[in-house]
Amino acid sequence: MTAILATLRTEIEHRRRLLGVLLLISSIFLIWGPGLASAQEGESVATRLRFENVDGDRIPIEGGRVTVETPDGEVIGEGFSDAEGNLEIPVPGPGNYVLTLDVETLPEGVVLRDPERVSTETQVLEGQVGRTIFPLIAGDVTIDTDDGVSLRQVLQLSVEGLKLGLFLGMGAIGLSLIFGTTGLVNFSHSEMIVWGMLVAYFFNFYGFAGFLGFMAGWPAPFGAGINLAFAALFAIAGGAGMGYAMDKWIFLPLRERGVSLISQMVVTIGLSLILRYVFLFIFGGSPRFFADYTAQSAITIGIVDITPKDLITAGLSVLILVGVGVLLLRTKLGKAMRAVADNRDLAESSGIDVQRVIRSVWVLGGSLAGLGGVFIGLSEQVSWNIGFRMLLLIFAAVVLGGLGTAFGALVGALVVGVGIQVSTLFIPTELKNVGALALLILVLVFRPQGILGRAERIG
Amino acid sequence: MTPAEQLAEVAPEPGVSKPDPILVVDDVTRAFGGLKAVDVDHLEVQRGVITALIGPNGAGKTTFFNLLTGFDQPDSGNAVFDGEVASGRSSHELARKGMVRTFQLTKALTKLPVIENMKLGATHQRGEHFFAALLSPLWSAQEKEIESRADALLERFKLDHMRDEYAGTMSGGQRKLLEMARSLMADPRLVMLDEPMAGVNPALTQSLLEHVKSLRNEGITVMFVEHDMDVVRDISDWVVVMAEGRIIAEGPPDTIGSNQQVIDAYLGSHHDSALDLDADVLGGEQS
Amino acid sequence: MTLAAIDWGFILTQSVTQAFDFNAVVYALAAIGLNVHFGYAGLLNFGQVGFVAMGAYGMGLSITLWQLNPFLAVVVGMIFAAIFALILGLPTLRLRSDYLAIVTIAAAEIVRLIARSTVMRPITRGAEGLNEFIGPFRDLSPFSASEIYGLGPIEWRGSQFFAVVVGWILVGLSLLLVAQLMRSPWGRVVKAIREDEDAARALGKNAYWYKLQALILGGVIGGLGGMVQALGNATVQPDFFVAPLTFFFWLVLILGGVGKVWAPVFGAVVYWFMITFIQNTGRQLVDEGLIPTSIMDTSQIDQIRFWIVGAALALLMVFRPQGFFGSREEMALDAR
Repeated sequence: MTAILATLRTEIEHRRRLLGVLLLISSIFLIWGPGLASAQEGESVATRLRFENVDGDRIPIEGGRVTVETPDGEVIGEGFSDAEGNLEIPVPGPGNYVLTLDVETLPEGVVLRDPERVSTETQVLEGQVGRTIFPLIAGDVTIDTDDGVSLRQVLQLSVEGLKLGLFLGMGAIGLSLIFGTTGLVNFSHSEMIVWGMLVAYFFNFYGFAGFLGFMAGWPAPFGAGINLAFAALFAIAGGAGMGYAMDKWIFLPLRERGVSLISQMVVTIGLSLILRYVFLFIFGGSPRFFADYTAQSAITIGIVDITPKDLITAGLSVLILVGVGVLLLRTKLGKAMRAVADNRDLAESSGIDVQRVIRSVWVLGGSLAGLGGVFIGLSEQVSWNIGFRMLLLIFAAVVLGGLGTAFGALVGALVVGVGIQVSTLFIPTELKNVGALALLILVLVFRPQGILGRAERIG
Repeated sequence: MTPAEQLAEVAPEPGVSKPDPILVVDDVTRAFGGLKAVDVDHLEVQRGVITALIGPNGAGKTTFFNLLTGFDQPDSGNAVFDGEVASGRSSHELARKGMVRTFQLTKALTKLPVIENMKLGATHQRGEHFFAALLSPLWSAQEKEIESRADALLERFKLDHMRDEYAGTMSGGQRKLLEMARSLMADPRLVMLDEPMAGVNPALTQSLLEHVKSLRNEGITVMFVEHDMDVVRDISDWVVVMAEGRIIAEGPPDTIGSNQQVIDAYLGSHHDSALDLDADVLGGEQS
Repeated sequence: MTLAAIDWGFILTQSVTQAFDFNAVVYALAAIGLNVHFGYAGLLNFGQVGFVAMGAYGMGLSITLWQLNPFLAVVVGMIFAAIFALILGLPTLRLRSDYLAIVTIAAAEIVRLIARSTVMRPITRGAEGLNEFIGPFRDLSPFSASEIYGLGPIEWRGSQFFAVVVGWILVGLSLLLVAQLMRSPWGRVVKAIREDEDAARALGKNAYWYKLQALILGGVIGGLGGMVQALGNATVQPDFFVAPLTFFFWLVLILGGVGKVWAPVFGAVVYWFMITFIQNTGRQLVDEGLIPTSIMDTSQIDQIRFWIVGAALALLMVFRPQGFFGSREEMALDAR
């Protein structure tokens, strides 16, 4: 077993240069990619039917009907929204189209914010999806007829919370291990998540053939995108590459220079600003969706609804996290990681190559973050600025679980995820993140070592 | 009778009461994760003398020291300092009440000039309060008075030539002197020295010892933790020995060396000959 | 299509104007506050933008909710900032610096999220913010709102000139305050605590209490910045007080030099000059076609600011942490 892993490690070692090259190439491509137009087959129009209730929550509408016509009145087709409110209707080609909402199909009490605006016109560019929205609000309608909190609601929210927690956990483990092994609080960690998301988006829409197409000067959209599943692999590579690059070219030199941890922390902040706004620059401000698996209907398991993609991504997360657990507990590298995170000097005097372990921690953290980014992008949407929100949630998770322990990070992430979602039963949805942040502060004040951490770390 | 003479009448037993104690400690315990670091039944520190606290490594001396000076809180127990309750008080409160301490690793404030270091030591400064600080006339007179006291002390400790230099430019030994001088600015009644001779070159040791003795001669009570048995033998009037968190012996320095329990604690049991209070034997370890 | 087509005069005028405009004042005040927090007391406050928000909201709400007069409104703004400092500081000042950093950044974000929420809409008006408080201040202003004031090519509209003047007066007062405090025994204690808390305690100083006072002082000064911002923009909106803004303040502080009383002002002026210069030049380069729009268009020029701040922060911390006027020794950053 160790022999296999050793070979694997050397293979990865050699591939590191390739990973670095991949990273570089992807970034060049992303910068020059012309507007990153969506490269789906043909054109379509799409919308998401949701209404805002008194608490400010956005509730999806299922079964809402939208018809599509040309401005001349020629009927193209119609569509019905799924459980998440998404609907997409193919259109014959680029041009202007008029979408009309059938208000009869809206739930009781839901109306257009502007009742006159039953129809909207949208422009569809070549190869693009023309998106539009219908602003809807609810009057005094309440969704649930029961007064109290139903078991179904709690379970549904818990499931969603677990899903969020698993994705958060992938980011949290990396941050916790980086802190454990180097003492550095990495404020740019969540940007690796966004990086993974963007890399996956790019490969999803352009693919590897697309890259060749670009080099050969083919016009956009060049080449077909590759399936998200494969694009995710590139996201992992991208994340790993970024982690590798950060340690090798930034933080190792800083450590060797004797730069203090506080200064290094400010460097991570500077990095996060640069990365975040470079992402904005190359990706644009509007959130987008992956090409595959985005609009799905939920299936019902027991009394809980869940979409297949959520099921798969959550399942994959569990598998991967178990794999990470095995790595940390059983392999030599993993044990070395835990040793260094626990007591760096002791680990070094036992003959462990600390710098190599730190490099591996960055690569592992980056890979996990990259993949976590894909899952989050699939679960929510792909956008340039989810980094900061994720960062604070990850901080909450890591602090709760115990800064410096990988398992603590995971436990903390699950608790934060479930806590956030379930809390929406009691507090407005828009404030659910506030709950997590307040919890973060409380934990640091009353039990700074978190659930699994050790008291000495607080110092 | 001088305080030292009073001690001659006191039996050399652990926990024995003293004729004029400035510090009385009862049932003080401190445990870390199940391990009892300190477990002292009773200790009285005689006023106006120099008391040494010794013991092998891991005896709990530093922990006990921290407990007495408010840098750590005991799990149980009482302490009374000069008639006032001391247990549960934080370090800065005790300092204001007249119990100051120095540190094994000198804490001279390197980014302040020497004279500012000294002025910092004075307690009850009006100018240290936020609102009073805003109006110089409220504190400038007191500041001048503090400054002249500081200058006098610097002269006494022969540091006056470094008055305006940053403390960071001082040598290790000079910093030790500075710390001792600075602690006197608070007009303390009890000075607790944490390994005052640690890391001091032999040339300076004598000078430091003289200063410590002069403190006692002014009526200030001194208590110090030390490993260097020469120092202990030289200046202490009374010695307290700790081992495994407990006080195992007390008495004048000359009786300690032949105390069987002390010998056992330092060398392990089954040792027949008396301890030669030599630096080689007992003072070999610097912590 | 040549460099000569760039209107350097305009760019320079803009840059100098911005360097002394109320935005620079806001940054200067926030950075002066941070200087007290970090430069003097050694507190790593990554939530200064929260204090700025509290000052602004305190002042705005005094008028929209309680109809107080402008002077009282300013006092209330300061009280809001002080209370925020108390709530934040009381439980957290015992934490070591990186934990304090995380707590403060989270706290400031909580302030923004709550101010923005629909729950608080009756009070804070949510995302649209407070907009009706400016009246009494306009009445107070000796400057006519529609006239132009200024020196030569550097001009302000009367409505904003008031904020500029008031702002710089506040900067001056804050500098005097901080200077006086730091040369007093109070300042000596704070500086001692920054270097070695245990030493200060052993000398009878209640370190925790002094740190709290420093937090309040720096926070209130930051709150003043928020009030200037509200005056200048005539609005208080939660999305102005986003986390990256805290780090802009940090850049200004580090640029000027940690630990010198007036250095934050220098940092703010230089920062605004440079950013305005670069952005305006960039915009003109794009307009003149010297930078092709396929690389960058004018709306994206504004994003350069973040790259510059991020890079400047990182580079300064590594290569010149003392900024322009600080001294390296006083930075007191020990490798842990």
